[in-house]
Amino acid sequence: MSVPAFAALLERLVFTPGRNAKLALLQDWFATQPDPDRGVGLAALTEELVFTAAKPALVRDMVAARTDPVLLALSHDYVGDFAETVALIWPEREGVNAEPPSLAEVVEALELTPKAELPALIAAWLDTLDAGGRLALIKLVTGGLRVGVSARLAKTALAAWSGTAVEEIEEVWHGVAPPYLPLFRWLEGRGERPDPRDAPVFRPLMLAHPLEDAEVAALDPARYRAEWKWDGIRVQLTSGPGGARIWSRGGEDVSGAFPEIVEAMRFHAVLDGELLVIREGAVAPFADLQQRLNRKLVSAKMLRDFPVGVRLYDILFDGAEDLRALPFDARRARLEAWIGREAPARMDLSPQIAFASVAQLSAIRDGARAASIEGLMLKRADSPYVPGRVKGLWWKWKRDPLSIDAVLMYAQRGHGKRSSFYSDYTFGLWRPDGQGGEELVPVGKAYSGYTDEELAWLDRWIRNHTTARFGPVREVEKALVLEVIFDAARRSTRHKSGVALRFPRIARIRRDKPAGEADRLEGLMAYVSGVAEEEGARSASASSPS
Amino acid sequence: MPPPHPETWLRVTPTGLHCAPGGFYVDPGRPVDRAVITHGHADHARPGHGAVLATPETLAIMAARMSEAGAGRSRQALAYGEALSVGGVRIGLRPAGHVLGSAQVVLEWQGSRAVVSGDYKRQRDPTCAPFEPVACDVFITEATFGLPVFRHPPPEGEVAKLLRSLALFPERTHVVGCYALGKCQRLIRLLREAGWDRPIHIHGAQATLCALYERLGVALGELRPATVANRAELRGAIVLAPPSALQDRWARRLADPVVASASGWMRVRQRAKSRGIELPLVISDHADWDDLLRTIDEVGAPEVWVTHGRDDALVHAMAGRGIRGRALHLVGLGEDEDEAPPAAAGGGSLAHGVGEPAVGEGE
Ligand SMILES: [Zn+2]
Ligand SMILES: [Zn+2]
Repeated sequence: MSVPAFAALLERLVFTPGRNAKLALLQDWFATQPDPDRGVGLAALTEELVFTAAKPALVRDMVAARTDPVLLALSHDYVGDFAETVALIWPEREGVNAEPPSLAEVVEALELTPKAELPALIAAWLDTLDAGGRLALIKLVTGGLRVGVSARLAKTALAAWSGTAVEEIEEVWHGVAPPYLPLFRWLEGRGERPDPRDAPVFRPLMLAHPLEDAEVAALDPARYRAEWKWDGIRVQLTSGPGGARIWSRGGEDVSGAFPEIVEAMRFHAVLDGELLVIREGAVAPFADLQQRLNRKLVSAKMLRDFPVGVRLYDILFDGAEDLRALPFDARRARLEAWIGREAPARMDLSPQIAFASVAQLSAIRDGARAASIEGLMLKRADSPYVPGRVKGLWWKWKRDPLSIDAVLMYAQRGHGKRSSFYSDYTFGLWRPDGQGGEELVPVGKAYSGYTDEELAWLDRWIRNHTTARFGPVREVEKALVLEVIFDAARRSTRHKSGVALRFPRIARIRRDKPAGEADRLEGLMAYVSGVAEEEGARSASASSPS
Repeated sequence: MPPPHPETWLRVTPTGLHCAPGGFYVDPGRPVDRAVITHGHADHARPGHGAVLATPETLAIMAARMSEAGAGRSRQALAYGEALSVGGVRIGLRPAGHVLGSAQVVLEWQGSRAVVSGDYKRQRDPTCAPFEPVACDVFITEATFGLPVFRHPPPEGEVAKLLRSLALFPERTHVVGCYALGKCQRLIRLLREAGWDRPIHIHGAQATLCALYERLGVALGELRPATVANRAELRGAIVLAPPSALQDRWARRLADPVVASASGWMRVRQRAKSRGIELPLVISDHADWDDLLRTIDEVGAPEVWVTHGRDDALVHAMAGRGIRGRALHLVGLGEDEDEAPPAAAGGGSLAHGVGEPAVGEGE
């Protein structure tokens, strides 16, 4: 019976806006569904399992053979989405005395069934299901599920359901695979913790807090070490007998995009560093690195024109030895020794910056004008390597302008030559929703700062991730992080968020960053200075060039 | 002489369907001297007529919803199965299964018979008499859900969805948008049948008709006014409200509400999404596609007129069955409270704020 149960879950997830409610729905799924279907469902939601066996054209042919073309066209016109039209219009047959399939049956049959027999197989399944079940099945077999359940959300739900820390789940995550039987056994206290053994595993990253001006004076310079904050993408390199992987900061495997780094990973260690395009020792702007992101195949020309390297700043494992409990200074010494010993290709050491006082450090920060440097990182000398953002251990001290990582919420068509593109972006930050969860609140709107290529990319992303339309405005999945820079933040009573930004513009698209890790409203409020913006006053950005 | 074709004595006028020999209209869109009213929904029962003929229940509903004068200067009740003659036209009323008191109007003149269905459904409804097919020469049907994508699932399953959600979110108020006449009371009865015996909270706009249903013999169990002042009592409760109230301040003051809607339109995702519905329940008081076709088969009429709704698809499907279909395009029907199609996107139907000015927006 699990395709109908899965369909019921999907339907609720699709219509449920609240993160807490989504978590409750997922927990209910884990608690009530049998193995292996709950794991198969989990993998389908997070798109760990994606099927491509059935093409949309196959579904089109199946429904065309069963319906009047005029009625099908009128229906498609009305419904909009073709898969949904098929699910709704599919003629129900009396006397179908078969049980709906389980998810596991669907997965297995899709793998084993010869292509020519797929239409009959899928039609037989559709005959056993109701409209909701048919829609779930069609979306599942054509690989178009798209319910916006991130791996992060799923892991958070697993953690809440089982009472296990989410970091612990992260630790074992890459050692388990759908349908996750050992994972569920462990979480239910019926089995051993899955041992990732030699499998390359992502370890949750240690993150830095933004340093506020007010906190700068309180820093004890003797206790902190400074490095440049590089404008690349944060990566974890994991290499050992079980293989080599490059993980993004969200734990996504991005090895495929950087084969030359994987090739250079002939060691046994886990390292933390910044992936950068480096030409003759000089770091190229972030835009160059973007050329290399999200590519399945990397051409020889790409490798030549946009050569990447990793600037290392931490070591988590040396061989099988876990160094994470060591103080930062000790790990740094181990890292320097390790680099001296291994001399890996395409990797170097992120230098430390000597300073005697906070004032001196501040001057160094203001003087750093290279595009490849975002500011400074301050790391407390005695800090162990702990996952997540623990206040007071690591600080990021970005140089001006002010910047936030915000989540894209709505997009609107532009004017004039941009009228065919979704070029105006309303973005938001997280804040408590009053019920113990988090919600996004819009904090601004930007329509400049991006390149033409970025605009085209954003436009395509928006069209593919629209969840609702309101005239010229589209609401999108809350899944894309934009780095927005701005000159100042002021308090404003005219806006729901209570804050207005001066001249916000898109600095870049943070495809590497999960939406859940975008900034929080309270972080932005820390930037707020001066008196409240006058009621009805035009926001300064209204006159900004675009 | 063969009996006269109904189109010679039953005509579409700007005011509505007019029976010339009888001198009356059926469900006229504006005040007339003499009206036969199929049921109490506002798009069918308009105020200000002279003489009104309808079932006793429909007359009671009209009296409850309009001023005494508005419900017709003189009112004549005709029970199901009874008949009377007006100017040689025999008028009978038969159950339509749509809402309490809803009737099909059976008209006979000189051996020719036409049936005006009003609105109708074939699904079970514990609050009203079931639809009775009547053989006729011309069947005049609605087509609110006249597209093959509309197939209403059993309402018991939809009610089970609501109860499952209450079990999963016991702290959240479940507010269900439903029309004040018919849907509201049917939903209450379905909930009672499913074993929900706790008080059900109703919006002020539903109270009069619930009381009337009770008086007419439809037991609804304990109902309480849904006062948002009492948020705590509404935690985990079911609140029924007119669809329009879901967008009000009123609904936002409920405790972390699950906003549900009971309507045939909920079958299509985008319709539910554009109204900010979190829990769509496909419960309709209109015939779905399959039941429209089944009914047309059962009444056996060689000709079917379509008053309102998706007549294009239905007329096309009838042509395939050798039935002559004709779209009447009656103005005003299906436009009021009675399952009016959802407003197009862009209206003020958002659950949360795109409408408000975004920060830093230019002119
Ligand atoms: Zn009606
Ligand atoms: Zn109607």
